[in-house]
Amino acid sequence: MTLTLNWLFWLLGIVLLIVGGMIMMDREHPRRFTAGGFWLLYALIFLVGDLLPAEIVGVLVLAMALIAGLGGVTAAKPKVLALETRIASAKRLGNKLFVPALTIPAITVALTLAASHLVIGGTPLVDPKNVTLIGFGVGCVVALGIACVITRDSVGQSMKETRRLVDALSWAAVLPQMLGMLGLVFSDAGVGKAVAHVTTSYINMDVRFVAVVVYCVGMALFTIIMGNGFAAFPVMTGGVGVPVLVGVFHVNPAMMAAIGMFSGYCGTLMTPMAANFNMVPAALLELPDKNAVIRVQVPTALGILACNIVLLNVLGF
Amino acid sequence: MQSTVNLWPLIGVAVIIAGFLLRFNPMLIVAAAAVVTGFAGGFPPGKILAAIGTGFIKTRNIPLIILLPLAVIGLLERHGLRERAQIWIGNIKAATAGRLLIVYLFVREITAAVGLTGLGGHPQMVRPLIAPMAEGATENRFGKLPDAIRYRLRAYSAATDNVGLFFGEDIFVAFGAIVLMVTLLKEAGVSVEPIHVAFWGIPTAICAFLIHGARLWLLDRKLERELGGARKVAGEANAAADRQTPQTRQARQGDDA
Repeated sequence: MTLTLNWLFWLLGIVLLIVGGMIMMDREHPRRFTAGGFWLLYALIFLVGDLLPAEIVGVLVLAMALIAGLGGVTAAKPKVLALETRIASAKRLGNKLFVPALTIPAITVALTLAASHLVIGGTPLVDPKNVTLIGFGVGCVVALGIACVITRDSVGQSMKETRRLVDALSWAAVLPQMLGMLGLVFSDAGVGKAVAHVTTSYINMDVRFVAVVVYCVGMALFTIIMGNGFAAFPVMTGGVGVPVLVGVFHVNPAMMAAIGMFSGYCGTLMTPMAANFNMVPAALLELPDKNAVIRVQVPTALGILACNIVLLNVLGF
Repeated sequence: MQSTVNLWPLIGVAVIIAGFLLRFNPMLIVAAAAVVTGFAGGFPPGKILAAIGTGFIKTRNIPLIILLPLAVIGLLERHGLRERAQIWIGNIKAATAGRLLIVYLFVREITAAVGLTGLGGHPQMVRPLIAPMAEGATENRFGKLPDAIRYRLRAYSAATDNVGLFFGEDIFVAFGAIVLMVTLLKEAGVSVEPIHVAFWGIPTAICAFLIHGARLWLLDRKLERELGGARKVAGEANAAADRQTPQTRQARQGDDA
Protein backbone atom coordinates (compact mmCIF):
# COMPACT_ATOMS: atom_id res chain seq x y z
CA MET A 1 0.00 0.00 0.00
CA THR A 2 1.47 3.29 -1.12
CA LEU A 3 0.55 6.65 0.32
CA THR A 4 -0.36 8.82 -2.70
CA LEU A 5 -1.59 12.35 -3.24
CA ASN A 6 -5.13 10.98 -3.64
CA TRP A 7 -5.24 10.35 0.10
CA LEU A 8 -4.54 14.01 0.74
CA PHE A 9 -7.18 15.02 -1.83
CA TRP A 10 -9.77 12.89 -0.02
CA LEU A 11 -8.70 14.26 3.35
CA LEU A 12 -9.01 17.84 2.12
CA GLY A 13 -12.34 16.94 0.46
CA ILE A 14 -13.71 15.70 3.79
CA VAL A 15 -12.44 18.82 5.62
CA LEU A 16 -14.05 21.08 3.00
CA LEU A 17 -17.29 19.06 3.23
CA ILE A 18 -17.37 19.70 6.99
CA VAL A 19 -16.50 23.39 6.54
CA GLY A 20 -19.15 23.83 3.83
CA GLY A 21 -21.73 22.04 5.98
CA MET A 22 -20.92 24.18 9.01
CA ILE A 23 -21.35 27.37 6.97
CA MET A 24 -24.64 26.12 5.52
CA MET A 25 -25.99 25.43 9.02
CA ASP A 26 -24.80 28.75 10.47
CA ARG A 27 -27.86 31.01 10.67
CA GLU A 28 -25.68 34.01 11.54
CA HIS A 29 -23.59 33.71 8.38
CA PRO A 30 -24.44 36.59 6.02
CA ARG A 31 -24.28 34.40 2.88
CA ARG A 32 -24.58 30.92 4.24
CA PHE A 33 -26.03 29.25 1.12
CA THR A 34 -23.74 30.73 -1.51
CA ALA A 35 -20.59 30.55 0.63
CA GLY A 36 -21.47 27.08 1.93
CA GLY A 37 -22.32 25.98 -1.62
CA PHE A 38 -18.98 27.29 -2.90
CA TRP A 39 -17.01 25.15 -0.44
CA LEU A 40 -19.25 22.11 -1.00
CA LEU A 41 -18.62 22.32 -4.76
CA TYR A 42 -14.91 22.55 -4.03
CA ALA A 43 -15.17 19.53 -1.70
CA LEU A 44 -16.84 17.59 -4.52
CA ILE A 45 -13.91 18.32 -6.86
CA PHE A 46 -11.50 16.83 -4.32
CA LEU A 47 -13.63 13.82 -3.43
CA VAL A 48 -14.82 12.66 -6.87
CA GLY A 49 -13.28 15.15 -9.33
CA ASP A 50 -11.26 12.55 -11.21
CA LEU A 51 -14.33 10.31 -11.67
CA LEU A 52 -16.48 13.06 -13.19
CA PRO A 53 -16.31 13.89 -16.92
CA ALA A 54 -13.95 16.83 -17.49
CA GLU A 55 -16.80 18.95 -18.97
CA ILE A 56 -18.80 18.64 -15.74
CA VAL A 57 -15.78 19.69 -13.66
CA GLY A 58 -15.40 22.65 -16.03
CA VAL A 59 -19.02 23.65 -15.33
CA LEU A 60 -18.45 23.32 -11.56
CA VAL A 61 -15.34 25.51 -11.80
CA LEU A 62 -17.19 28.22 -13.73
CA ALA A 63 -20.04 28.03 -11.19
CA MET A 64 -17.54 28.56 -8.34
CA ALA A 65 -15.99 31.51 -10.20
CA LEU A 66 -19.45 33.05 -10.66
CA ILE A 67 -20.40 32.63 -6.99
CA ALA A 68 -17.10 34.22 -5.93
CA GLY A 69 -17.29 36.94 -8.57
CA LEU A 70 -20.79 37.98 -7.51
CA GLY A 71 -19.72 38.41 -3.88
CA GLY A 72 -21.22 35.17 -2.62
CA VAL A 73 -18.21 34.04 -0.57
CA THR A 74 -18.08 36.48 2.32
CA ALA A 75 -17.00 35.65 5.85
CA ALA A 76 -19.06 35.49 9.02
CA LYS A 77 -17.87 37.36 12.11
CA PRO A 78 -15.12 35.12 13.51
CA LYS A 79 -15.69 33.56 16.91
CA VAL A 80 -12.49 33.79 18.93
CA LEU A 81 -11.76 33.41 22.62
CA ALA A 82 -11.33 36.58 24.65
CA LEU A 83 -7.87 38.05 24.55
CA GLU A 84 -7.27 37.53 28.29
CA THR A 85 -8.07 33.84 27.89
CA ARG A 86 -5.62 33.53 25.01
CA ILE A 87 -2.83 35.30 26.89
CA ALA A 88 -3.46 33.19 30.00
CA SER A 89 -3.31 30.09 27.81
CA ALA A 90 -0.13 31.33 26.09
CA LYS A 91 1.51 31.79 29.51
CA ARG A 92 0.31 28.44 30.85
CA LEU A 93 1.33 26.39 27.81
CA GLY A 94 4.55 28.32 27.22
CA ASN A 95 6.88 27.30 24.42
CA LYS A 96 5.10 23.95 24.15
CA LEU A 97 2.71 25.83 21.85
CA PHE A 98 5.48 26.01 19.25
CA VAL A 99 5.91 22.23 19.13
CA PRO A 100 2.98 21.33 16.83
CA ALA A 101 3.69 24.29 14.54
CA LEU A 102 7.29 23.14 14.14
CA THR A 103 6.23 19.51 13.77
CA ILE A 104 4.89 20.22 10.27
CA PRO A 105 8.24 21.27 8.76
CA ALA A 106 10.13 18.69 10.84
CA ILE A 107 8.06 15.79 9.52
CA THR A 108 8.04 17.18 5.97
CA VAL A 109 11.82 17.23 5.98
CA ALA A 110 12.20 13.89 7.75
CA LEU A 111 9.89 12.09 5.32
CA THR A 112 11.52 13.78 2.33
CA LEU A 113 14.90 12.47 3.43
CA ALA A 114 13.71 9.04 4.56
CA ALA A 115 11.22 8.23 1.80
CA SER A 116 13.62 6.32 -0.41
CA HIS A 117 14.32 3.91 2.48
CA LEU A 118 10.67 3.34 3.38
CA VAL A 119 10.03 0.36 1.13
CA ILE A 120 8.04 -2.65 2.33
CA GLY A 121 8.19 -5.78 0.17
CA GLY A 122 9.13 -3.81 -2.92
CA THR A 123 6.30 -1.24 -2.69
CA PRO A 124 7.30 2.21 -1.52
CA LEU A 125 5.36 3.49 1.49
CA VAL A 126 5.27 7.00 0.04
CA ASP A 127 4.63 7.79 -3.62
CA PRO A 128 8.17 8.75 -4.77
CA LYS A 129 6.87 11.38 -7.22
CA ASN A 130 5.32 13.53 -4.49
CA VAL A 131 7.43 12.87 -1.43
CA THR A 132 7.58 16.44 -0.10
CA LEU A 133 3.89 17.16 -0.46
CA ILE A 134 2.88 13.87 1.14
CA GLY A 135 5.38 14.46 3.94
CA PHE A 136 3.75 17.84 4.43
CA GLY A 137 0.28 16.26 4.61
CA VAL A 138 1.41 13.62 7.10
CA GLY A 139 3.09 16.40 9.09
CA CYS A 140 -0.20 18.31 9.29
CA VAL A 141 -2.09 15.26 10.55
CA VAL A 142 0.53 14.35 13.16
CA ALA A 143 0.80 17.99 14.25
CA LEU A 144 -2.96 18.13 14.75
CA GLY A 145 -2.74 15.09 17.03
CA ILE A 146 0.05 16.69 19.08
CA ALA A 147 -1.82 20.01 19.19
CA CYS A 148 -4.95 18.29 20.56
CA VAL A 149 -2.88 16.61 23.29
CA ILE A 150 -0.99 19.76 24.30
CA THR A 151 -4.03 22.04 24.31
CA ARG A 152 -6.44 19.34 25.57
CA ASP A 153 -8.80 20.35 22.82
CA SER A 154 -10.66 18.31 20.23
CA VAL A 155 -10.49 17.59 16.50
CA GLY A 156 -14.04 18.97 16.32
CA GLN A 157 -12.80 22.32 17.62
CA SER A 158 -9.98 22.25 15.08
CA MET A 159 -12.63 21.95 12.34
CA LYS A 160 -14.38 25.03 13.72
CA GLU A 161 -11.04 26.85 13.59
CA THR A 162 -10.45 25.64 10.01
CA ARG A 163 -13.85 27.02 9.12
CA ARG A 164 -12.91 30.38 10.69
CA LEU A 165 -9.70 30.58 8.64
CA VAL A 166 -11.27 29.28 5.41
CA ASP A 167 -14.01 31.88 5.86
CA ALA A 168 -11.35 34.58 6.25
CA LEU A 169 -9.34 33.40 3.23
CA SER A 170 -12.49 33.18 1.11
CA TRP A 171 -11.96 32.58 -2.62
CA ALA A 172 -8.30 33.63 -2.37
CA ALA A 173 -7.65 30.05 -1.25
CA VAL A 174 -8.88 28.77 -4.64
CA LEU A 175 -7.27 31.43 -6.84
CA PRO A 176 -3.81 29.78 -7.14
CA GLN A 177 -5.42 26.63 -8.49
CA MET A 178 -7.55 28.67 -10.92
CA LEU A 179 -4.37 30.30 -12.20
CA GLY A 180 -2.66 26.92 -12.51
CA MET A 181 -5.63 25.81 -14.61
CA LEU A 182 -5.37 28.97 -16.74
CA GLY A 183 -1.68 28.27 -17.37
CA LEU A 184 -2.60 24.86 -18.80
CA VAL A 185 -5.37 26.33 -20.96
CA PHE A 186 -2.92 28.99 -22.19
CA SER A 187 -0.41 26.37 -23.24
CA ASP A 188 -3.14 24.26 -24.93
CA ALA A 189 -4.19 27.29 -26.94
CA GLY A 190 -0.63 28.29 -27.90
CA VAL A 191 -0.34 31.58 -25.99
CA GLY A 192 3.37 30.98 -25.34
CA LYS A 193 4.13 30.56 -29.04
CA ALA A 194 2.29 33.76 -29.86
CA VAL A 195 4.22 35.75 -27.24
CA ALA A 196 7.59 34.38 -28.39
CA HIS A 197 6.68 35.23 -31.97
CA VAL A 198 5.82 38.84 -31.06
CA THR A 199 9.00 39.38 -28.99
CA THR A 200 11.42 37.90 -31.47
CA SER A 201 9.95 39.49 -34.61
CA TYR A 202 9.83 43.10 -33.43
CA ILE A 203 13.05 43.65 -31.48
CA ASN A 204 16.47 43.99 -33.07
CA MET A 205 18.90 41.81 -31.13
CA ASP A 206 22.18 42.35 -33.00
CA VAL A 207 23.74 44.02 -29.96
CA ARG A 208 24.72 41.60 -27.20
CA PHE A 209 23.60 43.85 -24.35
CA VAL A 210 20.17 44.31 -25.96
CA ALA A 211 19.79 40.56 -26.34
CA VAL A 212 20.67 40.02 -22.66
CA VAL A 213 18.19 42.68 -21.58
CA VAL A 214 15.45 41.24 -23.80
CA TYR A 215 16.05 37.78 -22.35
CA CYS A 216 16.08 38.83 -18.67
CA VAL A 217 13.32 41.44 -18.86
CA GLY A 218 11.32 39.17 -21.15
CA MET A 219 11.51 36.37 -18.55
CA ALA A 220 10.27 38.80 -15.88
CA LEU A 221 7.47 40.28 -18.02
CA PHE A 222 6.27 36.95 -19.30
CA THR A 223 6.27 35.61 -15.73
CA ILE A 224 4.22 38.63 -14.65
CA ILE A 225 1.64 37.68 -17.26
CA MET A 226 1.66 33.92 -16.62
CA GLY A 227 2.29 34.08 -12.88
CA ASN A 228 4.93 31.39 -13.13
CA GLY A 229 8.59 31.34 -14.17
CA PHE A 230 8.28 27.74 -15.32
CA ALA A 231 5.80 28.81 -18.01
CA ALA A 232 8.01 31.67 -19.17
CA PHE A 233 11.28 29.72 -19.32
CA PRO A 234 10.55 27.47 -22.33
CA VAL A 235 9.15 30.40 -24.30
CA MET A 236 11.97 32.88 -23.71
CA THR A 237 14.75 30.30 -23.81
CA GLY A 238 13.41 28.75 -27.00
CA GLY A 239 12.72 32.14 -28.57
CA VAL A 240 15.73 34.24 -27.50
CA GLY A 241 18.06 32.30 -25.19
CA VAL A 242 19.15 29.39 -27.37
CA PRO A 243 18.99 30.93 -30.88
CA VAL A 244 20.45 34.36 -30.00
CA LEU A 245 22.40 34.27 -26.72
CA VAL A 246 23.86 30.77 -27.21
CA GLY A 247 23.73 30.59 -31.02
CA VAL A 248 25.09 34.05 -31.87
CA PHE A 249 26.89 35.30 -28.76
CA HIS A 250 28.05 31.95 -27.23
CA VAL A 251 26.93 32.62 -23.68
CA ASN A 252 27.59 30.01 -20.99
CA PRO A 253 24.26 28.11 -21.26
CA ALA A 254 24.19 26.92 -17.63
CA MET A 255 24.59 30.47 -16.42
CA MET A 256 22.02 31.76 -18.88
CA ALA A 257 19.48 29.22 -17.63
CA ALA A 258 20.13 29.96 -13.95
CA ILE A 259 19.93 33.73 -14.36
CA GLY A 260 17.00 33.49 -16.74
CA MET A 261 14.94 31.53 -14.24
CA PHE A 262 15.86 33.95 -11.46
CA SER A 263 14.77 36.85 -13.68
CA GLY A 264 11.46 35.03 -13.99
CA TYR A 265 11.26 34.85 -10.19
CA CYS A 266 11.68 38.65 -10.09
CA GLY A 267 8.50 38.74 -12.15
CA THR A 268 6.80 36.36 -9.71
CA LEU A 269 7.44 38.85 -6.91
CA MET A 270 5.61 41.57 -8.84
CA THR A 271 2.43 39.92 -10.12
CA PRO A 272 -1.03 39.23 -8.69
CA MET A 273 -1.04 36.19 -11.00
CA ALA A 274 1.34 34.43 -8.58
CA ALA A 275 -1.58 34.27 -6.21
CA ASN A 276 -0.22 31.70 -3.77
CA PHE A 277 2.84 33.86 -3.02
CA ASN A 278 1.28 37.32 -3.20
CA MET A 279 -2.51 37.29 -2.88
CA VAL A 280 -2.95 34.41 -0.40
CA PRO A 281 -0.53 35.88 2.18
CA ALA A 282 -2.34 39.23 1.94
CA ALA A 283 -5.58 37.39 2.75
CA LEU A 284 -3.95 35.23 5.45
CA LEU A 285 -2.42 38.25 7.16
CA GLU A 286 -5.72 40.16 6.91
CA LEU A 287 -4.23 43.08 4.99
CA PRO A 288 -6.82 45.58 3.68
CA ASP A 289 -4.72 46.22 0.55
CA LYS A 290 -4.64 42.97 -1.42
CA ASN A 291 -1.51 44.14 -3.28
CA ALA A 292 0.39 45.10 -0.12
CA VAL A 293 2.84 42.18 -0.40
CA ILE A 294 3.57 42.98 -4.06
CA ARG A 295 4.16 46.65 -3.24
CA VAL A 296 6.80 45.68 -0.68
CA GLN A 297 8.46 43.26 -3.11
CA VAL A 298 8.73 45.47 -6.21
CA PRO A 299 11.95 47.35 -5.20
CA THR A 300 13.68 44.09 -4.25
CA ALA A 301 12.57 42.46 -7.51
CA LEU A 302 13.74 45.35 -9.72
CA GLY A 303 17.07 45.48 -7.88
CA ILE A 304 17.67 41.77 -8.37
CA LEU A 305 16.61 41.98 -12.02
CA ALA A 306 19.18 44.73 -12.63
CA CYS A 307 21.84 42.60 -10.92
CA ASN A 308 20.89 39.68 -13.17
CA ILE A 309 21.40 41.72 -16.32
CA VAL A 310 24.80 42.92 -15.10
CA LEU A 311 25.86 39.44 -13.93
CA LEU A 312 24.93 37.78 -17.21
CA ASN A 313 26.73 40.49 -19.18
CA VAL A 314 29.89 40.37 -17.10
CA LEU A 315 30.26 36.68 -16.24
CA GLY A 316 28.39 34.95 -19.05
CA PHE A 317 30.70 35.55 -22.00
CA MET B 1 6.59 29.66 -40.39
CA GLN B 2 5.69 33.19 -39.43
CA SER B 3 2.21 32.99 -40.93
CA THR B 4 1.36 29.78 -39.04
CA VAL B 5 1.51 31.34 -35.57
CA ASN B 6 -2.01 32.09 -34.33
CA LEU B 7 -1.88 35.39 -32.46
CA TRP B 8 -5.54 35.36 -31.36
CA PRO B 9 -4.92 33.53 -28.04
CA LEU B 10 -3.12 36.72 -26.89
CA ILE B 11 -6.63 38.10 -26.29
CA GLY B 12 -6.65 35.92 -23.17
CA VAL B 13 -3.59 37.82 -21.90
CA ALA B 14 -5.35 41.11 -22.68
CA VAL B 15 -8.40 39.98 -20.66
CA ILE B 16 -6.15 39.27 -17.67
CA ILE B 17 -4.39 42.64 -17.82
CA ALA B 18 -7.60 44.60 -18.40
CA GLY B 19 -9.40 42.65 -15.66
CA PHE B 20 -6.73 43.33 -13.03
CA LEU B 21 -6.46 47.01 -14.04
CA LEU B 22 -10.25 47.43 -13.80
CA ARG B 23 -10.22 45.60 -10.45
CA PHE B 24 -12.72 42.91 -11.29
CA ASN B 25 -12.88 39.89 -8.99
CA PRO B 26 -9.77 37.78 -9.81
CA MET B 27 -11.75 34.52 -9.86
CA LEU B 28 -14.02 35.98 -12.55
CA ILE B 29 -11.09 37.42 -14.52
CA VAL B 30 -9.32 34.07 -14.63
CA ALA B 31 -12.47 32.17 -15.59
CA ALA B 32 -13.22 34.71 -18.33
CA ALA B 33 -9.64 34.59 -19.61
CA ALA B 34 -9.78 30.79 -19.81
CA VAL B 35 -13.04 30.85 -21.78
CA VAL B 36 -11.88 33.64 -24.13
CA THR B 37 -8.52 31.95 -24.73
CA GLY B 38 -10.32 28.72 -25.57
CA PHE B 39 -12.52 30.45 -28.14
CA ALA B 40 -9.56 32.34 -29.61
CA GLY B 41 -7.66 29.06 -29.91
CA GLY B 42 -10.56 27.72 -31.98
CA PHE B 43 -11.92 25.25 -29.40
CA PRO B 44 -15.64 24.32 -29.49
CA PRO B 45 -17.55 25.05 -26.19
CA GLY B 46 -17.42 21.43 -24.99
CA LYS B 47 -13.66 21.34 -25.41
CA ILE B 48 -13.28 24.63 -23.52
CA LEU B 49 -15.17 23.22 -20.55
CA ALA B 50 -13.13 20.04 -20.73
CA ALA B 51 -9.85 22.00 -20.87
CA ILE B 52 -10.92 23.99 -17.78
CA GLY B 53 -12.01 20.82 -15.98
CA THR B 54 -8.87 18.81 -16.72
CA GLY B 55 -6.68 21.81 -15.90
CA PHE B 56 -8.38 22.24 -12.54
CA ILE B 57 -8.11 18.54 -11.67
CA LYS B 58 -4.42 18.44 -12.65
CA THR B 59 -3.65 21.36 -10.34
CA ARG B 60 -5.39 20.01 -7.21
CA ASN B 61 -2.00 19.69 -5.49
CA ILE B 62 -1.64 23.50 -5.33
CA PRO B 63 -4.17 24.31 -2.54
CA LEU B 64 -3.03 21.43 -0.29
CA ILE B 65 -0.19 23.51 1.09
CA ILE B 66 -2.55 26.39 1.94
CA LEU B 67 -5.52 24.48 3.34
CA LEU B 68 -4.13 21.43 5.14
CA PRO B 69 -2.24 23.26 7.93
CA LEU B 70 -5.24 25.45 8.83
CA ALA B 71 -6.67 22.98 11.37
CA VAL B 72 -3.47 22.87 13.44
CA ILE B 73 -2.70 26.57 13.10
CA GLY B 74 -6.28 27.59 13.91
CA LEU B 75 -6.36 25.40 17.01
CA LEU B 76 -3.01 26.71 18.23
CA GLU B 77 -4.10 30.30 17.62
CA ARG B 78 -7.16 29.67 19.78
CA HIS B 79 -4.80 28.67 22.58
CA GLY B 80 -2.55 31.69 22.21
CA LEU B 81 0.16 30.77 19.66
CA ARG B 82 0.45 34.30 18.27
CA GLU B 83 0.47 35.81 21.77
CA ARG B 84 3.17 33.32 22.76
CA ALA B 85 5.28 34.31 19.73
CA GLN B 86 5.05 37.96 20.81
CA ILE B 87 5.95 37.19 24.43
CA TRP B 88 8.92 35.10 23.27
CA ILE B 89 10.36 37.81 21.00
CA GLY B 90 9.79 40.32 23.83
CA ASN B 91 12.41 38.46 25.87
CA ILE B 92 15.08 39.17 23.28
CA LYS B 93 16.07 42.74 24.00
CA ALA B 94 18.10 43.26 20.84
CA ALA B 95 15.24 42.16 18.57
CA THR B 96 13.91 44.56 15.96
CA ALA B 97 11.59 43.78 13.07
CA GLY B 98 14.39 44.31 10.55
CA ARG B 99 16.94 42.18 12.39
CA LEU B 100 14.41 39.40 12.97
CA LEU B 101 13.47 39.36 9.28
CA ILE B 102 17.11 39.44 8.16
CA VAL B 103 17.74 36.34 10.27
CA TYR B 104 14.62 34.71 8.85
CA LEU B 105 15.67 35.64 5.30
CA PHE B 106 19.08 34.05 5.86
CA VAL B 107 17.69 30.86 7.40
CA ARG B 108 14.94 30.55 4.77
CA GLU B 109 17.36 31.02 1.88
CA ILE B 110 20.01 28.65 3.22
CA THR B 111 17.55 25.89 4.12
CA ALA B 112 15.82 26.21 0.73
CA ALA B 113 19.24 25.98 -0.93
CA VAL B 114 19.79 22.56 0.66
CA GLY B 115 16.34 21.42 -0.41
CA LEU B 116 14.42 22.06 2.81
CA THR B 117 11.76 24.27 1.23
CA GLY B 118 9.14 22.98 3.68
CA LEU B 119 10.69 24.88 6.60
CA GLY B 120 8.81 28.12 5.89
CA GLY B 121 5.56 29.11 4.25
CA HIS B 122 2.78 31.61 4.76
CA PRO B 123 0.07 29.61 6.53
CA GLN B 124 2.32 27.64 8.87
CA MET B 125 5.21 30.05 9.57
CA VAL B 126 4.48 33.66 8.58
CA ARG B 127 0.95 34.08 9.91
CA PRO B 128 1.32 32.37 13.28
CA LEU B 129 4.99 33.10 14.09
CA ILE B 130 7.02 35.50 11.92
CA ALA B 131 4.47 38.32 11.47
CA PRO B 132 3.43 38.40 15.16
CA MET B 133 7.11 38.42 16.14
CA ALA B 134 7.87 41.33 13.79
CA GLU B 135 4.91 43.22 15.27
CA GLY B 136 5.83 42.24 18.81
CA ALA B 137 9.48 43.28 18.47
CA THR B 138 8.45 46.67 17.09
CA GLU B 139 5.87 47.16 19.83
CA ASN B 140 8.36 46.38 22.54
CA ARG B 141 10.50 49.24 21.27
CA PHE B 142 7.89 51.82 20.35
CA GLY B 143 4.67 50.92 22.16
CA LYS B 144 1.29 50.76 20.45
CA LEU B 145 1.50 50.65 16.65
CA PRO B 146 -0.76 52.39 14.16
CA ASP B 147 -2.52 49.93 11.83
CA ALA B 148 -0.59 51.16 8.79
CA ILE B 149 2.71 50.12 10.44
CA ARG B 150 1.24 46.82 11.55
CA TYR B 151 0.16 46.03 7.99
CA ARG B 152 3.53 47.09 6.59
CA LEU B 153 5.34 44.74 8.99
CA ARG B 154 3.07 41.87 7.97
CA ALA B 155 3.64 42.57 4.26
CA TYR B 156 7.41 42.65 4.83
CA SER B 157 7.19 39.31 6.69
CA ALA B 158 5.39 37.68 3.75
CA ALA B 159 7.78 39.26 1.22
CA THR B 160 10.81 38.01 3.16
CA ASP B 161 9.51 34.45 3.10
CA ASN B 162 9.04 34.71 -0.69
CA VAL B 163 12.45 36.21 -1.43
CA GLY B 164 14.24 33.67 0.78
CA LEU B 165 12.40 30.75 -0.80
CA PHE B 166 12.72 31.79 -4.45
CA PHE B 167 16.38 32.67 -4.49
CA GLY B 168 17.37 29.77 -2.28
CA GLU B 169 15.53 26.86 -3.87
CA ASP B 170 17.04 27.30 -7.29
CA ILE B 171 20.56 26.52 -6.12
CA PHE B 172 19.45 23.11 -4.89
CA VAL B 173 20.53 20.63 -7.56
CA ALA B 174 17.57 18.27 -7.24
CA PHE B 175 15.00 21.07 -7.43
CA GLY B 176 12.30 20.67 -10.11
CA ALA B 177 13.15 23.94 -11.86
CA ILE B 178 16.70 22.81 -12.52
CA VAL B 179 15.51 19.50 -13.91
CA LEU B 180 13.10 21.44 -16.13
CA MET B 181 15.81 23.79 -17.39
CA VAL B 182 18.24 20.99 -18.18
CA THR B 183 15.55 19.00 -19.99
CA LEU B 184 14.39 21.94 -22.07
CA LEU B 185 17.93 22.96 -23.04
CA LYS B 186 18.66 19.37 -24.05
CA GLU B 187 15.60 19.38 -26.33
CA ALA B 188 16.96 22.55 -27.90
CA GLY B 189 20.29 20.79 -28.55
CA VAL B 190 22.31 22.38 -25.73
CA SER B 191 23.61 20.06 -23.04
CA VAL B 192 24.39 21.40 -19.55
CA GLU B 193 25.09 19.76 -16.20
CA PRO B 194 22.49 20.37 -13.46
CA ILE B 195 25.28 21.14 -10.99
CA HIS B 196 26.51 24.00 -13.22
CA VAL B 197 23.05 25.52 -13.44
CA ALA B 198 22.79 25.34 -9.66
CA PHE B 199 26.26 26.84 -9.24
CA TRP B 200 25.54 29.83 -11.49
CA GLY B 201 22.50 30.61 -9.42
CA ILE B 202 24.72 31.49 -6.45
CA PRO B 203 25.74 35.05 -7.51
CA THR B 204 22.10 36.08 -7.91
CA ALA B 205 21.19 34.37 -4.63
CA ILE B 206 23.83 36.47 -2.85
CA CYS B 207 22.60 39.65 -4.57
CA ALA B 208 19.04 38.84 -3.49
CA PHE B 209 20.13 38.44 0.13
CA LEU B 210 22.10 41.70 0.07
CA ILE B 211 19.37 43.73 -1.62
CA HIS B 212 16.47 42.49 0.48
CA GLY B 213 18.60 42.49 3.64
CA ALA B 214 19.52 46.12 3.00
CA ARG B 215 15.85 46.98 2.58
CA LEU B 216 15.06 45.29 5.91
CA TRP B 217 17.87 47.27 7.56
CA LEU B 218 16.36 50.44 6.07
CA LEU B 219 12.96 49.35 7.39
CA ASP B 220 14.36 49.53 10.92
CA ARG B 221 15.74 53.00 10.26
CA LYS B 222 12.41 54.11 8.86
CA LEU B 223 10.48 52.71 11.82
CA GLU B 224 12.90 54.51 14.11
CA ARG B 225 12.24 57.79 12.28
CA GLU B 226 8.46 57.37 12.18
CA LEU B 227 7.93 55.99 15.67
CA GLY B 228 11.04 57.22 17.50
CA GLY B 229 9.13 60.07 19.13
CA ALA B 230 6.53 57.71 20.53
CA ARG B 231 9.15 55.48 22.13
CA LYS B 232 9.99 57.75 25.02
CA VAL B 233 6.40 58.13 26.12
CA ALA B 234 5.67 54.45 25.69
CA GLY B 235 8.96 53.54 27.37
CA GLU B 236 8.08 55.49 30.50
CA ALA B 237 4.56 54.17 30.60
CA ASN B 238 5.73 50.61 30.24
CA ALA B 239 8.82 50.81 32.39
CA ALA B 240 7.11 49.48 35.49
CA ALA B 241 4.70 47.20 33.69
CA ASP B 242 6.93 45.45 31.22
CA ARG B 243 5.03 42.23 31.60
CA GLN B 244 1.75 43.85 30.73
CA THR B 245 2.66 45.19 27.32
CA PRO B 246 1.25 42.14 25.58
CA GLN B 247 -2.17 42.78 27.11
CA THR B 248 -2.43 46.42 26.14
CA ARG B 249 -1.15 45.72 22.70
CA GLN B 250 -3.44 42.76 22.22
CA ALA B 251 -6.54 44.57 23.42
CA ARG B 252 -6.87 46.49 20.19
CA GLN B 253 -6.02 43.53 18.04
CA GLY B 254 -8.39 41.07 19.64
CA ASP B 255 -11.10 41.03 17.01
CA ASP B 256 -9.05 40.37 13.94
CA ALA B 257 -7.04 37.56 15.51
